[in-house]
Amino acid sequence: MARAVTTGQKTINTVAAWGVALLLFFPILWMILTSFKSEADAVLSPPVWFWFDWTTENYESVLEQANYLRFFWNSVIIAVGSTALGLVIAVPAAWSMAFVPGRRTKDLLMWMLSTKMMPGVAVLVPIYLIFVQFGLLDTRIGLVVVLMLINLPIIIWMLYTYFREIPGEILEAARMDGASMRSEILFVLLPMAVPGIASTMLLNIILAWNEAFWTITLTTVDAAPLTKFISRFSSPQGLFYAKLSAASTMAIAPILIMGWFSQKQLVRGLTFGAVK
Amino acid sequence: MGQITLSQVTKRFGEVSVIPPLDLRIEEGEFVVFVGPSGCGKSTLLRLIAGLEDVSDGRISIDGKDATGVPPAKRGLAMVFQSYALYPHMTVRKNIAFPLRMAGLSQAEQDKKVNAAAAVLNLTAYMDRRPGQLSGGQRQRVAIGRAIVREPAAFLFDEPLSNLDAALRVNMRLEISELHNSLKTTMIYVTHDQVEAMTMADKIVVLQAGNIEQVGSPLDLYHSPRNVFVAGFIGSPRMNLITGPEAAKHDATTIGIRPEHIAISATEGLWRGTVGVSEHLGSDTFFRVNETGLGDMITVRAGGEVALHHGDTIYLTPDMTKLHRFDAAGLRL
Amino acid sequence: MSTQASRSAARTMLSPAVILLLIWMIVPLVLTLYFSFQRYNLLYPDRAGFVGWMNYTNFVATPAFLTAVLNTLVLVLGVLIVTVGGGIMLALLIDQPIWGQGVVRILVIAPFFIMPPVAALVWKNMFMNPTNGLFAELFKFLGLQPYDFLGQAPLASLILIVAWQWLPFATLILLTALQSLSSEELEAAEMDGAPAIKRFWFIMVPHLARAITVVVLIQTIFLLAVLVEILVTTNGGPGTASTTLTFLVYREAILDSDVGTAAAGGVVAVVLANIVAVFLMRAIGKNLDA
Repeated sequence: MARAVTTGQKTINTVAAWGVALLLFFPILWMILTSFKSEADAVLSPPVWFWFDWTTENYESVLEQANYLRFFWNSVIIAVGSTALGLVIAVPAAWSMAFVPGRRTKDLLMWMLSTKMMPGVAVLVPIYLIFVQFGLLDTRIGLVVVLMLINLPIIIWMLYTYFREIPGEILEAARMDGASMRSEILFVLLPMAVPGIASTMLLNIILAWNEAFWTITLTTVDAAPLTKFISRFSSPQGLFYAKLSAASTMAIAPILIMGWFSQKQLVRGLTFGAVK
Repeated sequence: MGQITLSQVTKRFGEVSVIPPLDLRIEEGEFVVFVGPSGCGKSTLLRLIAGLEDVSDGRISIDGKDATGVPPAKRGLAMVFQSYALYPHMTVRKNIAFPLRMAGLSQAEQDKKVNAAAAVLNLTAYMDRRPGQLSGGQRQRVAIGRAIVREPAAFLFDEPLSNLDAALRVNMRLEISELHNSLKTTMIYVTHDQVEAMTMADKIVVLQAGNIEQVGSPLDLYHSPRNVFVAGFIGSPRMNLITGPEAAKHDATTIGIRPEHIAISATEGLWRGTVGVSEHLGSDTFFRVNETGLGDMITVRAGGEVALHHGDTIYLTPDMTKLHRFDAAGLRL
Repeated sequence: MSTQASRSAARTMLSPAVILLLIWMIVPLVLTLYFSFQRYNLLYPDRAGFVGWMNYTNFVATPAFLTAVLNTLVLVLGVLIVTVGGGIMLALLIDQPIWGQGVVRILVIAPFFIMPPVAALVWKNMFMNPTNGLFAELFKFLGLQPYDFLGQAPLASLILIVAWQWLPFATLILLTALQSLSSEELEAAEMDGAPAIKRFWFIMVPHLARAITVVVLIQTIFLLAVLVEILVTTNGGPGTASTTLTFLVYREAILDSDVGTAAAGGVVAVVLANIVAVFLMRAIGKNLDA
């Protein structure tokens, strides 16, 4: 809706929009600012806004102690690992549904999406017990598998929509040219689907990084990712706001950046195509 | 090489029978055109021959060997798709080389064949470009190049010229015919355009609703159409088909006379009518004649200089030797 | 294209995904069902045994249950109202010609990408804390007594926190839907003399109706499962003031180690989620040809 409006109108709209946007962003901004304050400055009353002694001592402190880097690394492994595993399983599945559709394909896709709607809490008990039984509790591999399973429907769905945008005739041409199934996927499909696969990866890494149910209930110390680490600060004795802010800023920074690039993918992936 | 036989080939999609049992024999080196209206099954037939679809019944043999269950890659055929289906992420060179790469040829051999094909098709200047940077005609040639390089037993063309503009279409038509003359390989060509069929084919297969209406050379189909459908399909403008009392006069349910076989006069003739729309092409003029009492409008071809106008009275006399007669079932009498 | 060869290849390629999801769906649910009919507490594993519907009746009969159901309803509805209403207005605003639309979008979207523990703690410590929170500062500045948000209005506070997280999602979806509305339709209406309000109500709202439905249904699914935000801020309290159904089940399972009751609660949660899912699937199914 890009119609010409008066400059006056545009100014009003701009002020209103920016106002609301900054209001919404404010908590994040405040957190980032606090991370650069000393602990004393962080709890000043009345609060200081920008004019304080900016320091990086909180970042240094967090990075030195409390194994922060290990939690960060756990988050990375779990997010990337579950995404990679998911892709390996999803690419062939999405290929077959996109290019060799049958009468049941739609139903199958819907069923897969419906598995995402199962509340974690309903299967918490058996999963927890199974994990204990098989020694998977507090292991990264256990978490990688679980996160892969809960996000698999979305990965398959997104790849499916991207694959459908590739003209089937090109794959047929590859077949006529003598390509085996493997060659067809490797040399023709995947190169053409790279943007779609990248988008899917991005969204899934974000979802896995932020996942806060299974990562909290199935870990204790070794495999704990950032979600678990931060959630431990809920009790009032960790009243070190500045350090908490630093830890939090580092925890959200990668995802915030990735998220800003993936708005379109978000719509595609999380509304299951119901909104274009 | 390139002899293809279809025996009792049938294709069903679920309950719907798209191609009823069909027999066809294609000889080595022939240029065969499958022609017919949209939905007649010509593309399906081509894809069955290519192996991109399974037959529901019947057998396909290529050069005497049964190819019915054989996957497309192993049938030794090459296909040029309507949308060219080039690999957008590969250069022209890589596109053309792809089938050779799949066949496991060495880089040197690949290069040799690719360069040869490129030379034949005037593509040498574009070898390092991507399909996105080429014009429609150039993409067409790359698609053909990719097919040539495989040295197939037969080429399959699926409406290759539909995406080109009129002038380009005429040029490419000539190029493909030239290609056939030089390579002498069997070519099976699908189109809905009967002009392409008439100008390019050694043998035309006219299809309707999956059925073969007639097989024959272009002139056979022109002079002796086996039924009303073929009579009306081949020839442009369409043959005039007349039913009713006028047809009964000739002991037929339907009679047909082509626009070019009717003599016109302003003063006398067998049929009388009023000129409706007249189309002046310069070389020819086509008059659409109404109120003849014969039913629908009659189309007549005349030389470029005839000066009759809308509303004028016109007399038509058909050449009786060129009159076609059809019975109640639509078959030729 | 479908030949025998490609169809059988397709089936092989599908099977890992289908098998994995089947196992993931069936095995845990069956176990949950099984446990729901057992008396089984991890702290007293010897006292296990079949007890029929006892767990269910116990679960439903606990005073916390009714509160939890009510709280769940209030939380979900509260967040939905704020996010959908706010989302529509925000989408309309951002859709206007403004300078720096790209940056505005980035700022508005940000809260969605903050992991729940961080979001919850930022609000809890930095805003709602009655001693040093910014809200407290604001109240003091205005001469009022600081208000203990999380202590005295836990549910409302939670609604605020969760709505803040989900507003970007709703806005983004509604904005996308809005931008797919052809400007021609609106211009034709304007030519026909319809004022802005009427254009909004008769053209935009119906067009957005589908998007709104999707947003509501998808958000509901995720909102029913909200846990960490509660865990980290109020822990369900004070008392059970902010305990939702999900939290109740979690508490039974993890904090009380009562597998049987937790399983029964889990089944109840599944039934609830399924009801919503049925509606969602129907809304999506209509679009799956695309």
